[in-house]
Amino acid sequence: MSSTLQSRWWSWGFRSAVMLYFILLIVFPILGIYGYSLSAGLAAFTENITEPLAWKAVLLTVKLAFVSTMINVLIGTMAGWVLIRYRFPGRGLLNSLVDLPFALPTAVAGLMILLLLGPQSVVGQWAEQLGFSILFHQPAIVIAMVFVTFPFVIRAVQPLLEEMDGSEEEAAYTMGATKAKTFVRVILPAMLPGIASGAMLAFSRALAEFGAVVLVAGNIPGKTLIASVYIFGEIESDNITGATAVSVVLLTFSLLILWLVNYLQSRRKGV
Amino acid sequence: MRRLWIGLTCVVFALLLGAPVVRIAIGAWSEGWEGFRHGLTRPEALHALGMTALIVVVVTVVNTAFGVLFSLYLVRAAWLRERMKRLLNSIVDLPFAVSPVIGGLMIVLLLGPETALGAMLERGGIQIAYALPGMILATLFVTFPLVIREVMPVLQEIGSQQEEAASTLGAYGWTTFWRVTWPSIRWSVVYGVVLTVARALGEFGAVLVVSGNIMFKTQTATTLVYQDVENFNLASANAVALVLAAGSVGLLLLMEWAKSRREG
Repeated sequence: MSSTLQSRWWSWGFRSAVMLYFILLIVFPILGIYGYSLSAGLAAFTENITEPLAWKAVLLTVKLAFVSTMINVLIGTMAGWVLIRYRFPGRGLLNSLVDLPFALPTAVAGLMILLLLGPQSVVGQWAEQLGFSILFHQPAIVIAMVFVTFPFVIRAVQPLLEEMDGSEEEAAYTMGATKAKTFVRVILPAMLPGIASGAMLAFSRALAEFGAVVLVAGNIPGKTLIASVYIFGEIESDNITGATAVSVVLLTFSLLILWLVNYLQSRRKGV
Repeated sequence: MRRLWIGLTCVVFALLLGAPVVRIAIGAWSEGWEGFRHGLTRPEALHALGMTALIVVVVTVVNTAFGVLFSLYLVRAAWLRERMKRLLNSIVDLPFAVSPVIGGLMIVLLLGPETALGAMLERGGIQIAYALPGMILATLFVTFPLVIREVMPVLQEIGSQQEEAASTLGAYGWTTFWRVTWPSIRWSVVYGVVLTVARALGEFGAVLVVSGNIMFKTQTATTLVYQDVENFNLASANAVALVLAAGSVGLLLLMEWAKSRREG
């Protein structure tokens, strides 16, 4: 009797500890940031968010994140396809390299891009001769975002391609469809759910990216200052309410995307 | 056609992934072996690497333990309603959606020296923000979902029949876990742990905000790289970055290994 009582105490202890940890670590801080930003009233919140520089930073982030997501959709679809469908020397190596941006610290990624595109580098000089600059301008931010979100689309597309059986494809060929037509009409629609969820994850990651971007963006307010760097700047200059207002906007955006992805995935599994 | 696509993919990989890694490896040697050694054996670099190692160890241990327990509860627990489980499950992913800078800001907001809670703790001699506990908290926050997301699908897949059989036969909870559940989730836990180590090693934004980046006190390897770049001290930044990059390539190999064990 006493041993069952003891084990019940133990399991109660474990349960409460784990739930408490979860609530204190994850739920509480997120509620806290929403609470804090609204604590000064809605008027103060709108004032902080309609600050021209803040607003521009958010818009710029959305724009560049969108561009880099589109680039990743193109590259990722192609790479996912090639890595699953073709056999060639070095395929295994490339396949394991895909995850490199997840394993690499973002600050290191930023430094790498900085070195590669800097004014002393080959790319930098070449761009300068052509009359435009990459580093500390918007193209550098896009490159940084593409780098850190590179694995998402590939990893979302690959399982779908592996699952696909060849019969529909063969049917299309037997009925005389060309390769290009088969791809557009048969294979692409099958890949589409993966492309969509991968793209959304990449987009939300690009919105949130800080480490890689802060080193290469130059961070000129209104021009190359993205939202997460703006938040960092506001924290550094002790304008916490300004920082939380932009945080709330960015956070809401990412949460909506995350829930949309979860919803789409659960619906796909349900069918 | 086939040649073209393979070639194009190789070019993309070489430009986007290969070139940066090679460039940083070359950059670290730009001032020769001496420069590399100096960059690494500076007292601030040693201290920063030590901080990073400490954070990685603490965070990995805590989040692995809580992550495995939490996944067990989310999949198996009878005391949680189905709807509750679904809600908790969607909350687990939240740290993925939160920008690291915002993650750091949350901790400063809740536990910073100006807040009631932070001031109280400080009077008790415990400093959270701008000190090690805050940095650990921030890293715990960003790495929380990694183990859970690897372990949960496996738990769902293996089902609870074997576990039920074991406990019907009279095995205690612990014995059931070690003898029945653990062998099937082992490699997924290892994979999650490697992901956690990689993320904790490279965490930058959250730690930068929470730590205040104070040299010899709260500076980690990644924030040291950032400071070196800001000070145009590129050769030293390269040396530390190369060590971090080598670490993450090593982790990548471990990831591949854990993945093959899991599937094999």
